[in-house]
Amino acid sequence: MKKKNVIVIGGGPAGIEIAQILSNYSCNVTLFEKEPQVGGQIKRIDKLFPDFIVQDEMMQKLISNLEKTDIQIHTDTEIKDIEQIDNIWHLKTNKEEAFTADAVVLATGFKTFDPKYKEELGYGIYPGVITTLEFEDMLKAGKIQTSAGEEPRRIAFLNCVGSRDEKVGNHYCSRVCCINAVKQSIETKELLPNAEVFCFYMDLRMSGQFYEELYRKSQEKHGVNYIRGRISEASSTFDHRIQIKSEDTLAGLPLKMTVDLLVLMIGVEASEGTTNLSAKAGILGEYGFAKSLSLHLKDNLTKKEGLFLAGACKRPSTLREVIADARAAAFEVVNYLKMEING
Amino acid sequence: MDSWGFSIAKTRTIDIDSVDFKVLARLTDKVPSAKRCIMCGACAATCSAANFVDFSFRKTHLLFHRGQFSNISEELDKCMLCGKCKLVCLRGVNTRAIIYNLRIILNDMNYKRIAL
Amino acid sequence: MMEKKYWKDYQREIADDDYFYHRSCIRQTFFPGSEALFLKILKNELGKNVTDDPNLHTCTGIGYHSDVVPFDTTMTIVARLLSQMNKSELKNFVPSCVTTFGLLSEVLDTWKHFPEELEKTRKFLKEATGREFKIPENVAHPSDIIYKNRKVLKGKMKYQLVNKETGNPLKVVEHIGCHYAKIFPENTTGGAEFPQVLAGMIEAWEGKVIDYPERRHCCGFGFRQYLIMANRGYSVANTKKKFESMQPYEPDFVVANCPGCAMFMDRWQYTIAEMEGITYDKNKRGIPVLTHEEMTGLLLGYNPWDLGLQVHQVQVEPLLDKIGVVYNPDDKYVGKSGIKLSEPQRPKNI
Repeated sequence: MKKKNVIVIGGGPAGIEIAQILSNYSCNVTLFEKEPQVGGQIKRIDKLFPDFIVQDEMMQKLISNLEKTDIQIHTDTEIKDIEQIDNIWHLKTNKEEAFTADAVVLATGFKTFDPKYKEELGYGIYPGVITTLEFEDMLKAGKIQTSAGEEPRRIAFLNCVGSRDEKVGNHYCSRVCCINAVKQSIETKELLPNAEVFCFYMDLRMSGQFYEELYRKSQEKHGVNYIRGRISEASSTFDHRIQIKSEDTLAGLPLKMTVDLLVLMIGVEASEGTTNLSAKAGILGEYGFAKSLSLHLKDNLTKKEGLFLAGACKRPSTLREVIADARAAAFEVVNYLKMEING
Repeated sequence: MDSWGFSIAKTRTIDIDSVDFKVLARLTDKVPSAKRCIMCGACAATCSAANFVDFSFRKTHLLFHRGQFSNISEELDKCMLCGKCKLVCLRGVNTRAIIYNLRIILNDMNYKRIAL
Repeated sequence: MMEKKYWKDYQREIADDDYFYHRSCIRQTFFPGSEALFLKILKNELGKNVTDDPNLHTCTGIGYHSDVVPFDTTMTIVARLLSQMNKSELKNFVPSCVTTFGLLSEVLDTWKHFPEELEKTRKFLKEATGREFKIPENVAHPSDIIYKNRKVLKGKMKYQLVNKETGNPLKVVEHIGCHYAKIFPENTTGGAEFPQVLAGMIEAWEGKVIDYPERRHCCGFGFRQYLIMANRGYSVANTKKKFESMQPYEPDFVVANCPGCAMFMDRWQYTIAEMEGITYDKNKRGIPVLTHEEMTGLLLGYNPWDLGLQVHQVQVEPLLDKIGVVYNPDDKYVGKSGIKLSEPQRPKNI
C-alpha cells in the first residue's frame, strides 16, 4: 500500500513531538517551521515551572529524538495557504512551493501580546518597563540589571497584561502568567537576595500541580510580597526609575511606589500562522485560535477531515499539556490514516 | 489672608517608598508563619470580637505589612485572644503570636495609644 | 539611556478653515488677552476665516458639572449655540474652553448613540425659541488649531522656547485639561495617555517637554468639588501633588490648554505659599503659568502686557527675560488709556 503523507505545520514542542511519533508509523512526515530553527517559543525560557528544569536540556531531548528520524524538516519556511481538494490537502509555502498531504497537523502555536498597546504602562517608552520574556533573557544570562546596567533594588511584576482585558479584546485568561510570575519572583530572589520583589495580581491562579506549593515557598522562603491590585499607570521619575500607582484592594487604599524594573506578564495570543491558516481552512475559533471539533472527546480533530490540531494553537497551554496533546493528536492521525507501526 | 475656610487635603495613599521594612522583619523573625498569609480572611470571618466591634485581623495584619502602623495598637486591643482565628487559618499562620508580638513591637516604637 | 518616544499614532481630524469661535465664561476674567489673541493669530498670522459672534452665551458646562443644570437643559442650550452657526453657514465649531469642548463631545456622542435625545432636543429648542440647528462637521479646540499650524507659525516667530543666555531649550510642563483628552480619547491627537497637542507645539518651538510622574494627574478643578469653599482643600491638594512631582525637574514654565487648569496652577501657587510657606521653584517666586495662546503670542512677538500677563498671579518677568522678550517693565500697569493703574501688593511668600 502506498505510504501516506503527513505534514506537520510548526516546529515547536507540539510539532516536534507529533512528527517524531508519526515517523514510527508507515507514513512520510514533513515538518515545516517558519523560524531558522525548530524549538518554538519555549526556547526563550530559562527554567520551566514548577520544578525549575532547565528548558534547553528538556527541549534538547525532544529535538534529538526528532533528529534521529528521517523526517524532512523545512526550516525558514512558512505555510501561507491551505486548501482541501478531494480529501487531499494542498499547501503553499512563502517560497511559492506546493506540497500535498493526506493529513495535516496544525501546530502553529501562539504569540505574546504586545504591551505597547497598554500605553499607560509605559512599555516602549520607559526603559525600566520590560516584558516577562525580556526578563527571561536576563535570567538566562544569569544577570538581572536595569537599562543603566545597575542591580535593581526593587522589582514589580504585573499580572494579566493583555489578558482578561476588554480594552485589548482578550477576555480570556492566559493561564501561564500567574505561575510564571511566581517562578520569576523566586528566581529574582535567588539571584538578588536583597532585592524587594512585589507581585501585583487580580487573582493568583495556581491551577496546576505544585503551583500552590511554589506560591507558599515564594512567600515563606523567599519573602516575595504579593499585593492584590492592578498597576494602573507607570511613569518615569526624576532619577529614571518607574513610579507605579496601584490600589491595595484588600486594604482599600491607593498605593504607590517607585521600582527599578517593572515586569509585565504579557498574555498569550494566537500566532499569525494559527489565525491565518485556521481562517483559510475554515476552522477559525475565538480570538483567532484554531477551533477543535469538540472540547472533551475530539479536541485534536477539526470539522475538516484530515486536519488535526496539536498544542497551543487552540488555547493558552503549558508545555506539559502541549506535549500530551501532541501525543493525543498522533493517536488521532494514526487512527484516521489506519497506519501500522513500522516493523 | 488669615482664614481660608479650608485646609489642603492630606494624601491617603500608601507610599511603599517610605515604609520601614525592618519593622516588618521584626515580626517575621519572631513569627515566620506570618510570611505565608494569603489574606483569605478566614481569621476575620470566625473572629469573636468582629461580631461586635469594627475589627478585622486580616486587615490589621495587612496594614502592618504595608507599613501603616498608626492605629494598629488600638485595633489589637479589640482582640479577645480566643484563638479561633488560629484554628481556622488555612496556611497555618500563628495569628495569636502575631497579636502578642505586634503589641510588643509597636509599644517599643512608642505608638501613641488612644483609649478605645 | 534615552527614553524612546512612542506616541500613539492617532491623528484626529482638525478643520482647516472657517471657524465659528465660542468664548469661555470665565476665561476672559483670568486671562484677559488670550481669546482676543487667538482671533488675531487666526486672522492676521494665518489668514483664516473666523467668526466671533456676539450673540453667544454659556454652554452651561459649569452648571451641568455642578449638578445644577440638568442634562436636558444643557443639550438644549448647546443646541441654541449650534443654531447660531446657521446664520454664518460655518460648520466648524471652535470652543475656547476645554469644558465646552468636553461638553460638546459628550452631547454630540449622546445624540449619535441616542437619536431620540437629538429629536427631543430639536423639539425643545423649537418650542422655546423657534430655532433649528445642524450638527457641526468638526469640533476643534483652539489648541488643536494652533497645533495644526505650529510649523507655519514657527516661521513667523520672533522668539523660541530657548533660554537666551544658555542656549538650552526651556523646560516646559504641559498640562492638558481632563475634558479635552480623558473622556473621548478619539478626539485628541495622540490619544489620552500622551496627548500631542501641547507637546507638539513645545517641541516644534524648540522647547523641551518635561515628563514627570504626575503628568496625567488632574489639577483638581472640575467645578463640583471646587465651588463650595469648604471643599476647596480637596481640589488644591491635587494641584499641590502635581507641583511636588514636577519640582525636581525645575521647569521654566507651565502651559495649559484649559482655562480652569491654567487658573488653578497659577493661583494655587499663591494659596499654597501663603498657607504652608512652600514654593516650587528655586527663587521662591513660583513657576509662571501660561495659556497656550499666551505662549504662542509671546513667541510671535506680541507685547506681553497686551496679552494680559500682568494679571497673572505668578509674575512672568523671569520667564520673559529667559526667552529674551523685549518689553517695557514700566508699562506693566499702564492701562489702554495711557493712565497708570494701581499696582497690586506683593504677597508674603511668593
